[in-house]
Parts: sequence; C-alpha cells; structure tokens
Amino acid sequence: MTEAIDGLSVTRAGPLALLQDAGRFGVRRLGVTQGGPVDLHGWAWANHLVGNAWGTPALEVTFGGLELVAERDLAIAVAGADLGATVEGKPLAIWQPVTLREGQVLAFASPVNGLRAYLAVAGGFRAVPVLNSVACVMREGLGGHDGEGHKLAEGNRLRVSAAASREVPVGAAQPPSPPDYQQPGPLGLLVGAQIAEFSGTSLFRAFNTAWRVDDRADRMGVRLTGPRLQCRLSTMISEGIGLGAVQVPPDGQPIVLLNDRQTIGGYPRLGAFTPLACSRLAQCLPGQEVEIKAVTHERALADHRRFRGVFG
Amino acid sequence: MSQAESLPRIESAGLDGWMVRLFDDIDEANMAWLTALVRDCERAFGDVLVDLVPSYTTLLVIFDPLRLSPGEARTRLVDLLQRLQPDEAAADAPIMELPVWYDASVGPELSHLAELAGMSVEEVVACHSERSYRVFALGFAPGFAFMGSVDPRIEAPRLDTPRRKVPAGSVAVAGKQTAAYPAITPGGWNLIGRTPAVLFDRNREGFSLLQVGDRVRFVPIDRAEFERQGGDTRAMEEGR
Repeated sequence: MTEAIDGLSVTRAGPLALLQDAGRFGVRRLGVTQGGPVDLHGWAWANHLVGNAWGTPALEVTFGGLELVAERDLAIAVAGADLGATVEGKPLAIWQPVTLREGQVLAFASPVNGLRAYLAVAGGFRAVPVLNSVACVMREGLGGHDGEGHKLAEGNRLRVSAAASREVPVGAAQPPSPPDYQQPGPLGLLVGAQIAEFSGTSLFRAFNTAWRVDDRADRMGVRLTGPRLQCRLSTMISEGIGLGAVQVPPDGQPIVLLNDRQTIGGYPRLGAFTPLACSRLAQCLPGQEVEIKAVTHERALADHRRFRGVFG
Repeated sequence: MSQAESLPRIESAGLDGWMVRLFDDIDEANMAWLTALVRDCERAFGDVLVDLVPSYTTLLVIFDPLRLSPGEARTRLVDLLQRLQPDEAAADAPIMELPVWYDASVGPELSHLAELAGMSVEEVVACHSERSYRVFALGFAPGFAFMGSVDPRIEAPRLDTPRRKVPAGSVAVAGKQTAAYPAITPGGWNLIGRTPAVLFDRNREGFSLLQVGDRVRFVPIDRAEFERQGGDTRAMEEGR
C-alpha cells in the first residue's frame, strides 16, 4: 500500500460531505450497517473516470456548499449530481476527468440536477479502514476521513495516495451522458414475500400512480407519500433488511431503506428496489415524483451486470 | 395465508439476497437451528457470501450477484436446508456473565418496574438476574443484542417518549426482552442498571461481545465493583 499525503483541505464544509468506499460488509450480523454511496452509479463513475479500481474511496457531497483547496496537482472527476461546482469561480466540467492545480479552489454551490455529487481523485482518497471499510456512517461513529464517522468540517485535510496521478489519465473511460435526475424513470422493484398481504386495490394504485419524495429523506431511508398502501400485517417479528427494501408502516406510506438503514426491522415489505433504482432515488429532491414498476429478477440481474461490467 | 405454508421457506429479498424463514414464532430453541444454518451458509457460499443477518426466526443471506445468480444461490439454500441439523453445541453453550450495577441513579425505571410488578426493587433485580437469556438478534446499533425472555412479572412496555440519549452500558427491559446499550444512542427501553462491560469494540477480534445464539446471565455487582471494572457512574443526563 502506498503512502498517503495531503491532497485537499476543507475551507467550507457545507451541510454534508462524507468519504465512502463501496460499503462495510461481513459485519451486518453484529448490527453494523452497510454504509457506502447511496448513489452507487454516480460514485462508480467518478472513480472510473480517473482510472480508480472499484471500491476506491470517493467523497459524497450532498446538496453542495463544500469548498476545498488543492494542496498539490490532482487529477479529479466529479460525477453524480450537478451541484454547480466551480474551480476558481469558473464552471467545472463534470462527468469527465480534469486536472486541479495546487492552490486552486474547488467549490460546490447547490443542486442544479440531482442531490449528491461524487468527487474522486486519481489514486484515491486514503483513510484508515474501520471494520475493513472507510465507509462513513455518522450514526455508528465508524469510518470516514477520520475513522470516527464524522462528516467533513472546516479545517479538515483529505489524504490521497502518494502515487496519485497529477494528470488526467490518458485513454480513460468514455463517459456516459449524465443522467437527467429530474426524470428518474420508473424505479424497478422486485416484489417481496409479503406482497400477497397487501390489498389488491392499494397495490394497483401503488404501481399506477406517482409517489412523492418526502422531505423525511436521508442516508437511512427515503419516505414516499401517496395513495395509502393497505396491508393485513401491521408488524412482524424483526428480520434482516436488504438494500432498497420498501417497508410499509401502518400509516401506509412506504419507506425505502438505503445504505445506512438499521440491519433488522419489523414492518411488512412491498419488496426491494434494485440497486440502480436506489441510486436514482438517492438523487431525487424532496417533492419530486417517482413511479414504481415491478421487474423480474432476470431483468434486474441483467441490468445490474451490464452496469457493473463497465467497471471490471 | 402465508402462515399455512410449510416451513422452512425461501423468500425474495432483493437482487442479492434470500430470506430463509425457519420459524413463525420466537422461541429460544430456534437459535440452535439458526446458528447451524449460519455455519452451513459460510461453508457452502465461501467468498461469494457478502453478509448474513440472523434474527429470531429468519436468516437473511446476502451474496455477490455478479458471481452467483439468485437462482443458483436459491438452489444452494434448498440443498442446505434438506440436510440442516441443529447446532447441539449452541444449545448448551457456556453462559456469558454480564456484570450489572442495578441502581436508581443509573436505572431510573427500576422503581417503575417494581411498581408494575408489585414487588420490591430487590425482587426486580433478583428476577432479572436469576435466569439466563438467549441472544435472538443483533441490530438497532452495532453490538446491540436483543435477549429474551424476561420473567413475565417484569415485562414492561417501552417508554411513551424515548430518551434522546441513553448512556452506554445501560441495561434495559422492553416487553419480553432485555438488552444492554453498547453506545450512547436514543432509546425507549426501561433502564434498570448499567454494565461496565464494553459491548462493542472496533479493536477487538469479533468486535461485538455478544453474538446471535449466545447465552447470557446478568450478575449484580455493587458500586465499588462497578467502578473497579471501569464503569461510568455518572447519573442520567439532565432532561431527556
């Protein structure tokens, strides 16, 4: 493992910026959550555009407001949301690798398209892994730039690999056209075991009307509001919950559980969104409308393998 | 109704997971089967296994869908279930002892439980500490073990308003269950004492003191012993 050196310093923290690798795995049986990027798609592309391997830590910037100063020349890429990022006051080209020069100021403003931007540096950010991951989970006090699960604060320094490339990698990946996060398209749901416990009418409505993203939305979960889902079960014995599980409390308003969800829970579930649907949902702002469509395992698996196939 | 379907069942749990439902009801005897299934899954899935989440009646199995299709994963589970035998060793595993200082200053609901049960505080302490418990699940927070079942006389519903901060080490009762808080978190359980034991330690092998299937007994200690073992004697924080 190569040495870590200072790469960027934080001059303004903004509301929420967290270092995330792919997530913390193998310890969920101990009550430790998954963590990792809530928009896996944007995070993966940011890393890929600067030639980083899958799993390399990148910064998840929610909403904007973050300002960083480069402490050396760095090849960087921003993918995911367009948060009006600038370098030295000039608009930064996103979804492509660019070179940030020593002393330059990289600033994120506020959402233009989507909610969360991912900043990757060639060679990767470096932090000491906690339980084999640097994924930052604030609630558990695990991971992140300091190992203690803290979001970035003014004065923090972000370490990067000493072998970090200073120039944009040659022949790097062909970037896709950035998604339009205001048009997320129907979110693919794998129906779950309790589907038969929901009333037919409420299921018909659930799959044929738009749901509104509530402002009660964070890295643990996103609440959707809309037609009331009626389920014969009110609660169940607590059991493990996977990424994207759509749990329905007695008020009939579903909660989509994301990366920082609790590991077990006791509400009936409509099913689970696919990983790519979770990524899209994580870029939705409160008030946005989304539709839910049922997909088969075969279809979801083919889409997921195509997505992951890009990154080797 | 699903209740009528035979057990065990393998249910859809997303693109990378299957939920194995072994039982419909909570029972201490479930745990020897669940821990056996955990062990068998580790063997059968090897490095395509991503996570296992055992809990009360189920085991959630998460695998890498890039290397094993959901269909193949299901076939492996069907195969395992046909040969599953309970883990005899787990049934009479050694009992872990958790020292507890039962005191009103760190267990503000001790007197409330005594009132509900029509017993003295000393009898509540005896009731809580004389039996052994089984760890049914870990969750809510790293290392938080849901244990059962408490003596019916000291069962008590959760607080109407959860506390914003429950001190680390707090030993608590809610319904039929008991637990100890590994770290400062919000919480709505009835606090009856505090343990000096470190329940979750990122630098310790295995990280969590308690694991699903473990047997646990709470052992009353006095303040001096609590302090000797490094317990934090600060009373509850002002306000909730």
